[in-house]
Formats: sequence, C-alpha cells, structure tokens
Amino acid sequence: MGSGGRPPGPGSGEPQRPRSDEGHAQGRLERVRAAVAAQAAKGAARARALVRRVEQTPAPPGPFRPGFWRSPLRGPWLTSVFGLVLLFGIPLLFVTGMLSYASYNPGLDRINDQTPDKGLLGFYLFAWPTHPYWLYRLTQGVHVTLGVVLVPVLLAKLWSVIPKLFEWLPVRSAAHGLERLSLLMLVGGVIFEFVTGIINIQLFYVFPGSFYALHFYGAWVFIAAFVVHVSLRLGRMIRALRSRSLAAEMRTDLAHTRPEPPDPDGLVASAPAPPTMTRRGALAMVGGGSLLLLVATAGQSIGGWLRSTALLAPHNRTPGSGPNGFQINKTAASVGVTLAHVGPIWRLEIHGPRETLVFTRAQLLAMPQHVAALPIACVEGWSTPDQQWSGLRLADLAALTGLPDADSVLVQSIQPPGPYSSVVLRGNQIHDPRSLLALRVNGADLSLDHGYPARVIVPANPGVNNTKWVHRLTFRT
Amino acid sequence: MARFARWYGSGPLHLLVLIASFAIAGYAMVRLFAVRPLEVAIWFVGAAILHDLILLPLYSLADLSAHAVLRHRATRMPQPPWINYLRVPSFLSGVLLLVWFPLIFALSTPYPGATRLSINVYLGRWLAITAVLFAASAVAFALKLRRVRRAARADEERPAPGHDGAS
Repeated sequence: MGSGGRPPGPGSGEPQRPRSDEGHAQGRLERVRAAVAAQAAKGAARARALVRRVEQTPAPPGPFRPGFWRSPLRGPWLTSVFGLVLLFGIPLLFVTGMLSYASYNPGLDRINDQTPDKGLLGFYLFAWPTHPYWLYRLTQGVHVTLGVVLVPVLLAKLWSVIPKLFEWLPVRSAAHGLERLSLLMLVGGVIFEFVTGIINIQLFYVFPGSFYALHFYGAWVFIAAFVVHVSLRLGRMIRALRSRSLAAEMRTDLAHTRPEPPDPDGLVASAPAPPTMTRRGALAMVGGGSLLLLVATAGQSIGGWLRSTALLAPHNRTPGSGPNGFQINKTAASVGVTLAHVGPIWRLEIHGPRETLVFTRAQLLAMPQHVAALPIACVEGWSTPDQQWSGLRLADLAALTGLPDADSVLVQSIQPPGPYSSVVLRGNQIHDPRSLLALRVNGADLSLDHGYPARVIVPANPGVNNTKWVHRLTFRT
Repeated sequence: MARFARWYGSGPLHLLVLIASFAIAGYAMVRLFAVRPLEVAIWFVGAAILHDLILLPLYSLADLSAHAVLRHRATRMPQPPWINYLRVPSFLSGVLLLVWFPLIFALSTPYPGATRLSINVYLGRWLAITAVLFAASAVAFALKLRRVRRAARADEERPAPGHDGAS
C-alpha cells in the first residue's frame, strides 16, 4: 500500500502531463513534483501508521477474544469431516433441485413456469422424460430426504467454524472483506434454502412470496457462494483430512482426546477446556442425528410398511382405506372443488385445431380403457407406491381430435384459477402409452379428492402436474 | 503481482473467482428480491443471524449451564462422566424438533384440510421419541454407574497399593 511510485490523491497525474519546452517552467515543475512527492510520502506514512494502529486494536471482550472459544474438539480436521459430507451432499441437493425445476417443463409454456423471469438461470432446461416412470419419485425423494438428513451435519459444520464469525479484525484486507461478504451469502443462503424447503414440505407457508421463486433463486445465490467456498478451501480441507487418521480417531477414548495443533485459521481453541466428548463421540452424535432424521422421514418416500416408520414426516399415514386410500396433496375442499362441479353436468371438452369434442363420463367409460401402474410423486418429497390407474390414453385422445402428432396439450381443471389449475404437457408425455386421462384407480372410480371425474396421470411427472378434476384438453402442434 | 497481492490481500485468481460468483449471485438476487425485497432480505440475512447469534449461543449456553449446575454434587461414590448422557438425547430430540416444529406445534394451518390427515399426532409422537431417547440414555447411564461403582467397591475391598485416581 502506498509505495513511492504511486503517489495517491488527485495530484498524481500532475507530474507526467506537462511536456513544456520552456526552461523556467521546468524548474517550477521540479519544485511542484518534489512537494507532491513529499506530501505523498507523508500521507503514505500516516496511512501506514493508521493501518498499524487499527491492526493493533485489541479485540473487544467476549467472542472476539481468542480465549473465548474453548471447545477442545474444534479444529480443521473436524470441520473438514463435516465439510466433506456437505461437499457431496450439497451438490446432490442442488442437482436434484434443478432436476425438479426442469421436471415442471417451465420452458414449454408460461403457465408451467413459476419463475418467468429466470433468464439465463434456466439455461439447462430440457424435455423432461417419462422414462423411468419412477424418475421424479427418486430425484425428489432424494432431494427432500437428503435435505432433512443433512441438517445435523450443517449445524455441526456451522458450530465448528463459529469462532471465524468473530475473528478480529472483522476485515483485514479487500480480499478478506470480499470473502466474508461471500460467506454471508453462503451461510445466509444455506440456512435460507434449508428453512424454506423444510417448512414448505410441512405446508407452513410463512415465507415472503412464492416458494418456487424463493427456493430457486435462493439456490443460485447460495451455489454461487458455495462454489467459491469450495474452490478457496478445498486444498485446506484435504490437508486437514490428511492430518489425522479417521481410524485412529475412532479408537481414541476421552482420556486420550487432545486438541488439534494450533491452526492459522484460529479454529483450534487457544485455551481449550478439558474434553468432555471424544471426536468419535461428536461424529457419532451428529451421524446419529442424521440417522434418526432419515428413519423419521424416508418412509414417506419409500412407502410400504416403511411409511409408518416415518414418525414425524408429513405424509406418513394414509388418509383412508380402500382403493382411493392413498395420500392426497390437495383435497377437493381445500381448492374449492365441490360435488356440484363434478355431478351430471360435468363434461370433458377436447379441443383440436379443427373441432371440439364433448363427452360425458359414461361416454368416456364406454371407450377402450387402458391401464398403467404409476406412482404419485410430490415436490414435497413424499410419494405413493404404484397405483393401478385406468382410463384413456392421452395419445388416443390426441388422435381423436385429428392431431396424432400433437406437440403439447393444455390441461385445464375445473378448480378455480390458481397455481396448478392448469398445465401444459409436452409431446413425449402425451405419446407415452402409460399417460392417461384416468377415470378409475385400483379398480374403483376416482374419489373426489383424487380428481373425480377424470385426472391426468403421466409417468415421472411431478404430482402437481397430474392435474385433477380435468374438464378441458386442448391439443396443439 | 506482488504489489497487487499487497494492495488486495490475496492473489488475482481469488479476486476473479469472487467477482464471477458475485455476478451470478447478483443475477439471481435481482430476481430473488424482485417481489417484497425487504422481507426477503430479512429472511436471507435473518437466517444467518438467527443461527449464529441466537440458536448457537442458546444451545452453547444450555450446555455450559448443565455443566455448571450439575457439576459440584459431591458424592461419596465415584461419578463417571455424565454430560453426554444428557447431551446426546437432548441433541437428538432437539434436531427432530428443529426440523419438524411446524407439524409438532400444529402451526401449519393448511395441513389438515389439504392432506385429510390430522396434525395433532405429531406432538405426541415427538414427546414419545424424546421419552424413549432419554429413557435409553438413563438406562445406559445406570448401567455405567453400576459398573463404575462395582469396580470402585472392589478396589476399596482390595488393599490397594497407591492411588490410581480414575477420571
């Protein structure tokens, strides 16, 4: 800072400018130059002194003092173990999250898109496939369950680096300041993502705005900071992991638990308290927390007898028994659909480019029926096992309107306008022989809550896009 | 290069990586903050504050208090380290509460209507899990106490040469 060759201040351009030929001006210029240089040197010295004074400012009492943090377990190795788990977990969360976004086919039509101003952030979108039919069940089950399971690891990681939040000086250099700003995005981002995700799956809609927009854009803010954090810390993490053997730590009892050697980052306590827990104990406790959350959650995505083990998960029970007894995302009552909408007055309209066909439910049932065994898989992470749906192939309905090669279909529900009261499905979804306008499930008529008189069911489609209470299909090319 | 490092505090690559990251984050933030910007900002920054300045100090304080309050109980019998028998079930029960509190405290108003499931089961289930965790911990500690005290009694009965302060 402030080296002699770069005199700071507005006068710095002065000495180079005049290329005067006159001799007397030359002398004056020399004097000015000398004066400016002297001023600059004085200024630089003063700045250096100030920096030194600031650097020597004692840390305020409390958490800013190095002796405040006393856990003998904190250190680069422990932090790196948690970091390593997150290094695999977070990218998996990000990728499955981005897949979930793609599965809504937001690029296909505006009504599919909860984040129409996504711009370049939708660069990777692709036509969501229908094979394998359990694809969304898997990716979204992993996304939600992994997110829940990583909570203890995240807490432990944040606990292990808390002294860094209070490091003194708060900003040592431009680089340090920028990095700390990036860390605010990292920590704020990760907690924001976990909190919005976890309360959304419990239908606790207290966040400010649309979940999709908040969680999607928040993910990009977070991942931008995450990539920086990994690239700046990866080397340090690997060195720290190599500094101790995991196997040896697993054999170390309390009597032999010692703090890690002092580290330049100041994670290791300068005045450690006597240990009350071994490192293996700390890892086991955090791992145990993750395991407990896994057991208390995963069953809602796996189904079968495991569903009842998901003691605290939102969809850990069936809402009823019988053919229609499987889980419901939104009941008819909750979206304002009543029996009056779906009684004898109900008709299905199928629009094509040339004609509009209108059917009663009895007429639809009289047409050749097809069956498909498909699950309902929700963005909230829960899913049902395969259900036996029967009804009409979307491809056959497209052909009826004279559009056997339809590129898309607009599916509209009788539910009052709102999110997911309509959706546009892509050609590959129409033409999969398992894609149905279902009238019956598991050998019985659909119940009102499952979309009576007719609903869409498409393999690998997010549950909310399997529109219920359908009353109009518009095929397009 | 050296001058840059002195001025900036790190190498140029550091600066490039950070600027690229801020640019991507900025692009997303414009959209994140497009609707109700103040509230979103409060949520975003508040998330970090809530954890770093409230949750973490609270659980650290609880841990320290448990230590302080329960430490100086002089007993004639040897006391094995006990804090983890309290810490582990508290942690496990605590993370379950932290993740599932909207269901446990029935805060999610739309839940019963949307899913046709009762929200009232969760508090009982969480309490039951908590009870099992603490009971298991109590049993484990009781077994440990018995082992330690039996060993101590055996030591007393034996004419022990020298003190081998077990701690």
